[in-house]
Amino acid sequence: MRTVQAVAWKEIQIYFGSPTAYIVGLIFLALTGFFFARELGVAFPEASLGSFYQWAPVILILMAPALTMRLLAEEQKLGTIELLLTSPVRDWEVVLGKYLASLAFLLATLFLTLYYTILLIVFASPDPGPIYAGYLGLVLLSASALSVGMLASTLTSNQIVAAVVAMGVLLALYFVDAASGVAGGVGSTLINEIGLNRHFEDFAKGVIDTKHIVYFISLTAFFLFLTIRALESRRWR
Amino acid sequence: MPPMIEARGLTHYYGPHPAIQDVNFHVDKGEILGFLGPNGAGKTTTMRILTGFMPPTRGQVSLGGYDVVENSLDVRRRVGYLPETVPLYTDMTVKGYLRYMGTLRGMPPRSIKRRIGDVIDVCRLGDYSDTQIGKLSKGFRQRVGIGQAIIHEPEVLILDEPTIGIDPIQVVETRRLIQDLGKEQTVVLSSHILPEVSMICGRVLIISEGRIVAEDTPANLADRFQGVDRLEVEIGGPVAQVLPALRNVRGVAEVNHRRTQNREIYEIQVGRGQDLRDEISRAVISNGWSLLSMHVMGMSLEDIFLRLTTQEEI
Repeated sequence: MRTVQAVAWKEIQIYFGSPTAYIVGLIFLALTGFFFARELGVAFPEASLGSFYQWAPVILILMAPALTMRLLAEEQKLGTIELLLTSPVRDWEVVLGKYLASLAFLLATLFLTLYYTILLIVFASPDPGPIYAGYLGLVLLSASALSVGMLASTLTSNQIVAAVVAMGVLLALYFVDAASGVAGGVGSTLINEIGLNRHFEDFAKGVIDTKHIVYFISLTAFFLFLTIRALESRRWR
Repeated sequence: MPPMIEARGLTHYYGPHPAIQDVNFHVDKGEILGFLGPNGAGKTTTMRILTGFMPPTRGQVSLGGYDVVENSLDVRRRVGYLPETVPLYTDMTVKGYLRYMGTLRGMPPRSIKRRIGDVIDVCRLGDYSDTQIGKLSKGFRQRVGIGQAIIHEPEVLILDEPTIGIDPIQVVETRRLIQDLGKEQTVVLSSHILPEVSMICGRVLIISEGRIVAEDTPANLADRFQGVDRLEVEIGGPVAQVLPALRNVRGVAEVNHRRTQNREIYEIQVGRGQDLRDEISRAVISNGWSLLSMHVMGMSLEDIFLRLTTQEEI
């Protein structure tokens, strides 16, 4: 566990010391802030985070790969992977450490958006249910998006490729429900159930359904497992 | 006492191409062993297998009694490794990097603190301990690389081309450093420079095209290679008399005769390490025959040796 901590701590230090992470965080805050504020400008504004929850997931799945792209691709490019894999560290410890670091940075960014909620509470009386549930949904969605980004970063030594591939996969997973009508029958249900979008929607409505929690956790575990496997397979290439 | 490292039948393929084939060797505790060979001979592949970076396609290696594949973590705890392209996190400071590598190697924080001081002294990084690695010169980076390899006081040090690409003064310093380290640790290093290996190593393995072609002390190797192994001589004279006369020369192992384009060619095998050119020419002249040409034929080992000795001037 100490090695997981060491790997995570090193990555967190790099996040907080590098402009990339700040730029990504800044863009996230600027965009979500814009969508939050726009909602307040209408004639009869509603004291909810509805608009924020509509856009935050999309921005998150574009932002997560930008945070994870460096994590393993850079090690492969610099050759430091050779030292990492010849240290007495298990592959899952490397993956978990790096993953937790990216999750910590993303949660820190998400934490800063809490002031939207504070503003609502100070100036109005919003319904707390959808707000809290929505945040849980965002955390779970971030966790899944980052795990997809981790896998992409393990498969290439090119950070841009890692980011673009992860964004592509995540966007496809997010909007896949649009294609459910084409399939019909069981296929339609299946496509609906795979999509990130459908599983997030309920949280934004204030519904915490175990089904959705299990979905996001399974998805995260699945991609982290693939990441560990991909890292292991490097040894056999 | 069992050897520190023992490799048996190591073979590794990259796709259909064998990088190394049936490599066998052992390294005793406290020994400095050198892998000598031209670029692409399979040195890096062998070292990557030793450090557990990748498993061999076939064969076995044990290090300190642990199998590199089966007990990979035990092996990795005991090894300090400097890869050929010194891999460093350029945005970390020297101290921060050493601390990180120490933690990865499972050292408790207190001993890391103590060891960082020692390592900075040993590698003479004193003035740069808080400098960002990206700002260091190549020679200093090399020292940081060696620093991370020894931070956890490993039983075995594996150094892949430790003096490549650094300036001559730093080369001398690095060699001295390795020799000092070799007093307490088992060291395996690779190089394509013969004089370097002779200077540092107690024993040398010559590796070429994925196979070990010779193994000896540097002094013995030099002796072996400087001898003439095979001579091709053209002699004008009656074959029936020339052949026995040549065979009578002391040191000649075997003589074969062939005629090409009306020229009488004799192929003479000479005992290893002997130069009989003088004796043979005397024997020919004193019999009244004419010595028309004499060639020293290169053996494969000599080719390698020549390449190794001529490639770089030290």
